[in-house]
Amino acid sequence: MLLRKKQNKSYSLIFDYLIEKSFLIISITSLLILFAIMLFLIKEGIPLFKDVGIFDFIFGKEWYPVSDNIRLGIFPLIISSIYITILASIIAIPISLATAIYIAEISKGKVKEIIKSLIEIIASIPSVVIGFLGMVVVAPFLIKNFNINSGLNLLNASLLLAFTAIPTITSISEDAISSIPMSLKEASFALGANKWQTVVRIVIPASLSGIWTAIILGISRIIGETMIVLMVAGGAAVIPKSIFDPVRPLTSNVAAEMAEAAVGGIHYRALFAIGIILFIITFIFNITADYLSNKYKFKNK
Amino acid sequence: MKTKSDIIQITGFSIIRLLTFFILIFLIFFLGYIFKNGVSAISIEFLTEMPRNEMTEGGIFPAVLGTFYLMMGSSIVSIPIGVITAIYLTEYAKNPMIVKIIRLGINNLAGVPSVIFGLFGLSFFVIFLEFGTSILAGSLTLGLLNLPVIIRSTEEALQTVPDTYREASLSLGATKWQTIYKAVLPSALPGIMTGIMLSLGRAAGETAPIMFTAAAFFSPDLPSSIFDEVMTLPYHIYVMATAGTHIQATRHIQYGTAIILISLVLVLNTTGLILRYRIRKNMNR
Repeated sequence: MLLRKKQNKSYSLIFDYLIEKSFLIISITSLLILFAIMLFLIKEGIPLFKDVGIFDFIFGKEWYPVSDNIRLGIFPLIISSIYITILASIIAIPISLATAIYIAEISKGKVKEIIKSLIEIIASIPSVVIGFLGMVVVAPFLIKNFNINSGLNLLNASLLLAFTAIPTITSISEDAISSIPMSLKEASFALGANKWQTVVRIVIPASLSGIWTAIILGISRIIGETMIVLMVAGGAAVIPKSIFDPVRPLTSNVAAEMAEAAVGGIHYRALFAIGIILFIITFIFNITADYLSNKYKFKNK
Repeated sequence: MKTKSDIIQITGFSIIRLLTFFILIFLIFFLGYIFKNGVSAISIEFLTEMPRNEMTEGGIFPAVLGTFYLMMGSSIVSIPIGVITAIYLTEYAKNPMIVKIIRLGINNLAGVPSVIFGLFGLSFFVIFLEFGTSILAGSLTLGLLNLPVIIRSTEEALQTVPDTYREASLSLGATKWQTIYKAVLPSALPGIMTGIMLSLGRAAGETAPIMFTAAAFFSPDLPSSIFDEVMTLPYHIYVMATAGTHIQATRHIQYGTAIILISLVLVLNTTGLILRYRIRKNMNR
């Protein structure tokens, strides 16, 4: 009897050991997928550079992937992505920080919960719906008010991308601002500072690394967003001269052309090469955000 | 008497209030606009009938069904792997280096643009594994995309379970696994459900990852196996709004589909958020 009990015990210990090891193996899945994504982007994209030089690819000013005289220069696409990202960030960052300060420092109780939930609702709206709104609301609005021919342009895309980045930047900054210890604020009040001075000179500087993390993740999201720019950016692969010009960022270019590119062909390889560039850019942003947020956690301890 | 710093304070906070309410009004206007324009298209038939006449009339049943299939398919991939990863990270892992590396992988996976998941799904599932443009390839792609969502909310849920639960179970002679299975997981379940709801909402709404892995512009028949391509709600909105010759004439269908998609996502997310809100409230008691 006792022996059997002992055996049972050791079986369940072996079982426990097996569970732990198999869980470890399954946990590595995310990492493996990240590597698999890199591997397949490289496998499909790198062969392009046998036909087109890297320099010509990145700095080439003409993108004619399907013509007798194929040109694969993505410089206009890169510039489009950069312009859209800058403009969207300029719009999104102040609004997000204001909202974060409002939630963390001004609102209380129910109002606070409602505003937080509404911000989360923005985050959950599918991007294809926001793109659709850009086509039926923002584009006609721009045409009417700015006397232009098409409302599908750099400004429209930037406005909508800012809208989608706001929840990301707001909620992460709000976490950072809320985690500032009360004692810091009380010290400021005790020195005679009013609430505004405390927010501007104490709270924001103290939560700055969290705010930077938020901004970087927000920008990373803007760069990677696809459906909105595909629907409302206008789609012209030329370097824009004004905010009312149509543009063709990297992401929308991939999404728009993948269906027509022959598998294994030069066009297909070029689209995967664009994928590599996008991956590298967002990877750098994410690593930076990761580094900053760890540093910030340490500071709080 | 108001001093200069008082005036600055009033102005500063007013601007902050203004910007906050501006964005909230924007949101309400957006949602209201879609509902106002699309509500006339909504009916039971709209949900249950096949599209007719080159998709200019009839319902969106195949797109509803396709989205449902992809939500289910992606969950089968993301829930087990995600929950197990979270259990490992919070309950088992002792080596901080391993945790750090795994977490770095998860954070970066969460930041990979969705269109790159589409490229990966195309090159790996569709072409390399020869699944073709199919429910299977789309579900796998969306499932991987959703992994970080499930992992993060499950981790948060497990961390809210008090250590006393674990200690009580272990002191009664239960093994580690018995403790996790019988004491920790049941009380973390609502939090895990939050993650599942959020990930289902995301699977329903994402377009870029399924454009080249699962989505069909139009298919006359309903899918009969996991190797068939499907119509989906978000892709339907995209093609109806951008391609074809009847863009203006089918606006009501586009608005209607958008309402269905938003409602689906909102119901899933709100359920998830309410669950999470309740847990946090209980925690603070």
